[in-house]
Amino acid sequence: MGFDVLLKGSNMLRLLTGLWVALRISLISALISIVLGVALGSLMSLKKPVITVISRIYLEFIRIMPQMVLLFLVYFGTTKALGINMSAETASVIVFSLWGTAEMSDLVRGALGGIPKIQYESSFSLGLTTFQTYFYIIIPQIIRRMLPLSINLITRMIKTTSLVMMIGIVEVLKVGQQIIEANRKSSPNAAFGIYATVFFMYFIVCYVISMLSKHLEKKWKS
Amino acid sequence: MEEILKISGLTKSYGDLVVLDHIDLSVKKGEVVVLVGTSGCGKSTFLRCINALEKIQDGKVLLDGEVINPAGGKLNTVRERVGMVFQSYDLFPHKTVLQNMILAPVKVKKVSKKEAEKEALALLDRVGLLTKKDSYPHQLSGGQKQRVAIVRALMMHPEVLLLDEITAALDPEMVREVLDVVVSLAKEGRTMLIVTHELSFARAVADRMIFIDGGKIVEEGAPEDFFNHPQTERLKKFLDSFTY
Repeated sequence: MGFDVLLKGSNMLRLLTGLWVALRISLISALISIVLGVALGSLMSLKKPVITVISRIYLEFIRIMPQMVLLFLVYFGTTKALGINMSAETASVIVFSLWGTAEMSDLVRGALGGIPKIQYESSFSLGLTTFQTYFYIIIPQIIRRMLPLSINLITRMIKTTSLVMMIGIVEVLKVGQQIIEANRKSSPNAAFGIYATVFFMYFIVCYVISMLSKHLEKKWKS
Repeated sequence: MEEILKISGLTKSYGDLVVLDHIDLSVKKGEVVVLVGTSGCGKSTFLRCINALEKIQDGKVLLDGEVINPAGGKLNTVRERVGMVFQSYDLFPHKTVLQNMILAPVKVKKVSKKEAEKEALALLDRVGLLTKKDSYPHQLSGGQKQRVAIVRALMMHPEVLLLDEITAALDPEMVREVLDVVVSLAKEGRTMLIVTHELSFARAVADRMIFIDGGKIVEEGAPEDFFNHPQTERLKKFLDSFTY
């Protein structure tokens, strides 16, 4: 079945290292996206015309562009046009953060808008200050609403990292291809074993994360 | 009896639209004042002006001689003296009934958690919801939520309680259980300003009725006169609209 290839040399370790590259890109990007997304989403909920227009254009642009085109644009485009020489991993983190920030900001905007005005007012009527109202009442509700959705975004990011091999990053899928190529003569069945292993790696990581989100969703159901 | 709340010349407008036009009202300690009027007449806005949820353009609201609107910097210290219950969405959905009740006393009044819980349990017992102390709001019926909202407001020992259409969003069979709580509060001498559409309840609970129309107090009086001998055409018309 081609699983024997995994035991040859350090192949399994190489695959795991590749998986780590994919995870590293998506986790760093997710972290940046959460911070910037919360900031942008809060700005958007102020409903200032200029901010609304700019963020709308940004969101639509990111949604329409395939991630691969964005990757090429940032990695190859900037090098020639702007003379910036960045590593492929930096380029991927930028692209994934641009994407994640767009999605997160929309989630934050929605969560903020979904909190009834009376939640603020009944908190104020009880004598809580604006700071206390956000700290004890509003932010905890926003986190509860957003966490499952943002975890879902992280799993989508992890899956989409398979694209970054197109700009030369050796992540788990690329490592898999290299192993298959190298063993084409000795184990012609390697493709099945390796890709199946890669499949399970993605599956386990994403499954654990989405289980966590399901668990929180259940716990916070309200 | 001594005057606790004095409102003079209160004017509220949104741009050119004047919602409340120079309203004067004085409320005595222990008095229950019920405000009625067509929807959009400004009665809810009036309540919201009293605890400074709305900025006012002219006039002032005095609580025990202290100006509370236009509010200075210490808005929250004023607000803890005026309790308010809204139509719905009052309770904090991520906190249990007990947590809802003790949050403000513990964080604002710095009451110890143990003491606040003791008081909360006594109040819950009084409104028949002791068994629901660890429930979350989404596990309660509309009537139960509103009863919790009322006792949560009482936890701050407000000098005046404002009730803004607290039964308007309830199913008819739940209205009674909420109004019963309000009646019992009236009996123990709570000062309350109530906006409601339940006229029979208003008649039972009010010391004084007020009819607001077009942003002004059109007529006021004891419930007996108010309902049986309305003086103005506008009030007659309003009261008629409730009978078939």
